[in-house]
Amino acid sequence: MSEIKTITLTIDGQQTTVPAGSSIMDAAKSLDIEIPHFCFHKRLSVAGNCRMCLVQVEGGPPKPTASCCFPAGDGMVVHTQSDMVKDARKGVMEFLLINHPLDCPICDQAGECDLQDISVSYGSDQSHFAEQKRAVEDKDIGPKIKTVMTRCIHCTRCIRFATEVAGVEEMGATFRGENMSVGTYVESALQSELAGNMIDLCPVGALTSKPYAFTGRNWELIKTPSVDIMDAVGSNIEVHSRAGKVMRIIPRENDEVNEEWISDTARFSYDGLYENRITSPLLKNKGKFRAIGWKKAVETLLPKLDNKKTIAGLVGDLHAVEDLFAFNAFMKTTLGSDHVDARMNGFALDGSYRPSYLFNTTIEGVDSADAVVIIGSNPRLEAPIINARIRKNVVNRQMPVYMVGAEVDLTYKYKHLGDKPENIAELYDGKSAISKELAKFEKPLIILGADTLGRSDGLGIYKEAEKLADKIGALSSNWTGLNVLHNKASAVAALDLGVYPEDKGMDLGKTLKALEKGTVDTLILYGDSTHVDAEKLKGAKFTVYIGSHRDAYAEVADLVLPVTPYTEKDAWWVNTEGRLQEAKASVAPLMNAKEDWKVFRHLSGELGKPLPFNSLEELRAHVLKKCPNYKYNNCIAPAEKWVSIAGADKLLKKSFVETVTNFYKSNEILKASKVMTECAESSLNKNKAMRKAG
Amino acid sequence: MTTAKSKATKTKVKIVSPDLGHHATDVGLEFSKETEAKIKRILKRYPEDKAQSAVIPVLRLAQDEFGGWLSTSAMQLTAERLGLPYIRVYEVATFYTMFNLKPVGKYHLQVCTNCSCMIRGSDKIVEAVKDFTGISKNGEMSDDSLFTLTEVECLGACVEAPMMQVNNGYYTKLDKEKTLQILDALKKGEEVETATPTTPMKDGY
Repeated sequence: MSEIKTITLTIDGQQTTVPAGSSIMDAAKSLDIEIPHFCFHKRLSVAGNCRMCLVQVEGGPPKPTASCCFPAGDGMVVHTQSDMVKDARKGVMEFLLINHPLDCPICDQAGECDLQDISVSYGSDQSHFAEQKRAVEDKDIGPKIKTVMTRCIHCTRCIRFATEVAGVEEMGATFRGENMSVGTYVESALQSELAGNMIDLCPVGALTSKPYAFTGRNWELIKTPSVDIMDAVGSNIEVHSRAGKVMRIIPRENDEVNEEWISDTARFSYDGLYENRITSPLLKNKGKFRAIGWKKAVETLLPKLDNKKTIAGLVGDLHAVEDLFAFNAFMKTTLGSDHVDARMNGFALDGSYRPSYLFNTTIEGVDSADAVVIIGSNPRLEAPIINARIRKNVVNRQMPVYMVGAEVDLTYKYKHLGDKPENIAELYDGKSAISKELAKFEKPLIILGADTLGRSDGLGIYKEAEKLADKIGALSSNWTGLNVLHNKASAVAALDLGVYPEDKGMDLGKTLKALEKGTVDTLILYGDSTHVDAEKLKGAKFTVYIGSHRDAYAEVADLVLPVTPYTEKDAWWVNTEGRLQEAKASVAPLMNAKEDWKVFRHLSGELGKPLPFNSLEELRAHVLKKCPNYKYNNCIAPAEKWVSIAGADKLLKKSFVETVTNFYKSNEILKASKVMTECAESSLNKNKAMRKAG
Repeated sequence: MTTAKSKATKTKVKIVSPDLGHHATDVGLEFSKETEAKIKRILKRYPEDKAQSAVIPVLRLAQDEFGGWLSTSAMQLTAERLGLPYIRVYEVATFYTMFNLKPVGKYHLQVCTNCSCMIRGSDKIVEAVKDFTGISKNGEMSDDSLFTLTEVECLGACVEAPMMQVNNGYYTKLDKEKTLQILDALKKGEEVETATPTTPMKDGY
């Protein structure tokens, strides 16, 4: 390793020392000196084309220098407030504003617009320009992003994002000079799952959110920190609400998780919070639901929860830690039934050994891996944020990626090594060329798809992967490279809290069989899942659905109780790494919906066996007792020593299939969202068109 | 934004809207064997993973092959041949004025109207071309699809100004009569001697 050299320079009379290779802008940042800029973005390559970041370098050429792309030198003397710099900034602002319309009053970006802010601080109050102005036609680039291309200042952030981060090269700058315009040229919907991030990147109002268009002003929104639950990444988000309604969702920065990106499902699905919601308890009467009060609903339910009856509970995909704990305790202590299962994908492992079902390397750890082996997963759709992280490393340091599973487009190149479980053995047999290649890596990272472990030979696949990890050195003392990539927000928490049969209860498979036979008296469906078809859930004498959305599961129920989705409650969420993060309630529960844990607490009291908590704090204390790792709030629990799990080595000949078939429809909130429906349709149409052409 | 547009036209605004009326999606467009051989030769000049370097020469081949202009299909074919995203090819093709994004006549008349040529009377040449072909506006094609007129910037033949380029050949030291003679001959299908070799590089690209 070459030692890191540092350089010392003076900016505005203050000295600073920065690592060699830093730009003048980096150095200024270390002194908290603000340099205005548009095209520069810390997570994108440097373009140097907006010229807003001009500074004066003493002894350099007698003209201002772009600080974002000019390397700082030892002994350099830089001025950011000299007359030359002020004039230069004014001049640049004037050029940028020549063709920029003065439509701030009707622009959604107003109030959070870089151009507006910088223009006020650094611009001139008048323009010399009296010639013909230009206007650019707006482009239709799909249901996510609205374009007003006349506002574009050609910073090319969106182009660089699409090319570098999203890996879907769709945006470009076509034509030249005055006619230059940014877009897709041939109008087509953007096919990236991260496209929405261009909205945040756009420093002006050229790219704005289509669903949010003209619905609110950013200064009148209440901003609540929250956690995304559309996948198991736990992306940090900010929910913006007004008058008790969620208006939009944008990312919060967290370098350890989502950097500053979020997937489009996280960003655009909020309209699903108000579509198809259950607003009061519903009772089925002659095949039709009728709204009833909570009191009547509880009265109807209590006799069905008699502890002489066979009661089974199936738990969906989108539940918070506290709610899962409360439901589990309600089933097991109050009702005395061990027939509970939250593993709706049939996940082969239970929660007895935590590292066996976590993304142990951590998301940030992807940056230090030297190779990735993906088994039966499509990270691009199961965790777009993690896929972007992998892609970043593939692009920046040529990290090799290997794949056993369905051949899919991951936006980067990988070596496909078969699509059957038996192909895993070839990777570690020590004879094949590929096993020798893999053995060379020091920090290999193995990603196992959670749904793949839900196959009937899931445990066998896990054992194979563990063998592979052991042979290629992914399980050393300082590197745990065997990871399970979950795609459902509550998957890890359910395993942590033991929301599965712990004694002799029926798991998912047995419950489904019992339903077929008709031996279940009462079935409690807590939340929706895309893994099990609603048709299979008929057959109980009485079915109660507790959930937020009126989906297929609600339709098979006799009684429906409304509870809250993630934006309507203070809650803990655990992501695929096992990281606990807290989300705040941004709005109150919709109409008659109640917070989930309160429903279970109330029912337990009515049944005479009250659960031992009366407030969220007390509940959380119980959760912490059950799962001490949760004290590591917002960070990762220390690594445990690797223990191998006993199990069968049965492997099927069946190929791995694509794990996510409809990205934009993979949970009840997404299914309810109109925007997501449009996205699903536009991606479907694109696939059809491509098949036709190719 | 219809409101902005209508308002815009009143206040001296030029609307930038690429003419996309030419999406002839010719499914099954293919390079000929000869062109394919040329592409292979071009690609050899660059490292294997740097196929993007070959965009300009291959686009020129595509333009020559598919009627002197680049349809969206031709650009997409080029992108597929070089393994590039479509947009990377659109960017290049729309940037250079030498790539025609609209159909051009059999003879593409590019008349230089830069300083030297203008001083030596290029305006009269443009007039003569317009009169002969019936083209009324720069960039248009004649009704018989034989000629397209484009006014271009300096083509580097100032020493023999005024000049025009017809497809790949230069015609220099023009005056009205000479221009008309050339156009007449071209219309009849005769060959007219050019001032420079028609192939500027060894294998043409």
